[in-house]
Amino acid sequence: MNKGAGKTAVLFESDALTLDSGAALSPVTVGYETYGTLNADASNAVLICHALTGDQYVASNHPITGKPGWWERLVGPGKLIDTDRYYVICSNVLGSCLGTTGPWADNPATGKPWGVDFPVITVRDMVRVQAALISHLGVDSLMMIIGGSMGGMQVLEWLTTFPERLHSAVMLATAARHTAQNIAFHEVGRQAIMADPNWQDGRYYEHEAKPAKGLAVARMTAHITYLSEDALTAKFGRNLQEREAVTFGFDADFQVESYLRHQGSTFVDRFDANSYIYITRAMDYLDIAARHQGRLADAFKSAAHVRCCVISFTSDWLYPTVENKRIVHALNAAGVPVSFAEIESPFGHDAFLLDVPEMDHMLNGFVCAAARTRGLEDKDA
Amino acid sequence: MHNLRPDLKLIADMVEPGSRVLDVGCDDGALLDYLVREKKVDGRGIEISQQGVNDCVAKGLFVIQGDADNDLAEYPDGSFDYVILSKTLQAVHRPQLVLSELLRIGKHAVVTIPNFGQWKVRMSLALRGRMPVTKALDKTWYNTDNIHFCTILDLFDLIEEQGFRVREFVPHTEAGKRLNLSPRQANWSADQALFLLER
Repeated sequence: MNKGAGKTAVLFESDALTLDSGAALSPVTVGYETYGTLNADASNAVLICHALTGDQYVASNHPITGKPGWWERLVGPGKLIDTDRYYVICSNVLGSCLGTTGPWADNPATGKPWGVDFPVITVRDMVRVQAALISHLGVDSLMMIIGGSMGGMQVLEWLTTFPERLHSAVMLATAARHTAQNIAFHEVGRQAIMADPNWQDGRYYEHEAKPAKGLAVARMTAHITYLSEDALTAKFGRNLQEREAVTFGFDADFQVESYLRHQGSTFVDRFDANSYIYITRAMDYLDIAARHQGRLADAFKSAAHVRCCVISFTSDWLYPTVENKRIVHALNAAGVPVSFAEIESPFGHDAFLLDVPEMDHMLNGFVCAAARTRGLEDKDA
Repeated sequence: MHNLRPDLKLIADMVEPGSRVLDVGCDDGALLDYLVREKKVDGRGIEISQQGVNDCVAKGLFVIQGDADNDLAEYPDGSFDYVILSKTLQAVHRPQLVLSELLRIGKHAVVTIPNFGQWKVRMSLALRGRMPVTKALDKTWYNTDNIHFCTILDLFDLIEEQGFRVREFVPHTEAGKRLNLSPRQANWSADQALFLLER
């Protein structure tokens, strides 16, 4: 699975990447995709940050599943993030498994896959790699950076770490810290993987059998947190799966069980179990305010020139409105210009990936204004 | 080219160019957009409706979905030169707190209110014995947003009680025409009034 078919860049060859943990990584390979063309003054670049199990195939077919890009609804020629106008960059995050260095990759010191010897990473480490990638692509500053969920966390770390390289920033359904409940769900996922005998203390790469069962259970648990009770009820209710009555057994009697099993079993074909462990850990470690004596606003002191937009969704209980508003209040207190709305949606956390017209309306207005203030000509001009 | 509604123009006239402005209940952003373009202010808005938020964002404005009762507390002291609350004070849950919040986060507050002391409103209640429904106050008692009725003189009292100063008082018609009246006269005649307040 681990070798993406797309573009790669080898970074941090001469100067190693120093991680938040203190460990150093060199070199770092990054799998990425670009769409559209960088203009003459390199002012039209948009960086899209993907979520936990996302990847760089934001607007083109996934090399393993063959499915359309995960945000093709919004990204492409003539679309809301218009690849005829903007140079769109999306890279596989550090620690993931589609072309970017992660626990599946070979440790240069041993010539064997890192496994759990791979250093623990943070969201800010992911962002440091992205910053090096855009430099490599000839982009000094971004017209816009945008991401939902863990993608939004990366946007937040860009605002704290490289604000001078940003013109505008969009955060969807996200948080500046992981709560006890967020950590708890992730721990269930990690423990499911580690309880799978095929995990073999993370050294399964040399074996035929992979910890697929454990990873599938992790995905099933996480998937529930991406939906809402209303969404599950509307989609499945207590409907039975191709049968007239319950079987008094442990087969997937209910449609919701069958659906979750399918989500779990298809996920393992495209994702590495150790990558899942490392990335969830990175998210759990996120607590931006903690680096500033608990004052989140202090993290954004150098970002007062960045046009920001934060959107939450009514039915999102994973990163609920209260966590998104915490970000908004901190940006406000730091003098960063920010727009915010809590958008009505029954879809739970996943709403940011789905067809929510009010989100599109707000985003479209924001993107157009960001392009206008960047000096990019209006589409209709 | 910017045809600002006359009552909003009265508010805009109170604002110094280049200042920092928060418009609480900014609706579609018409006033804020005018202030940003014509007076080069650093403008921010608070608006409850999604449609209003979208309209503002499309204009390139910065607006937070929220309301006066819940979202002022998070702003640091003295964040703005002007905080605008247009025809909203009578619709908030805690007008006294909101008023003091306006002048905590802003050096000045521009507050406009519909005047429940106007003679038409008084006559309506006195003669009909029903809660007043007039052209300016066109909702019935059970579906009005206005939960804290006040007159011009009532607001003067609250301002004095809170220890704030009225720097400008502009009674006007619903159409935004200035009326040259004393507070007592305005309390009888004016549809609305604008108060420029400071600490």
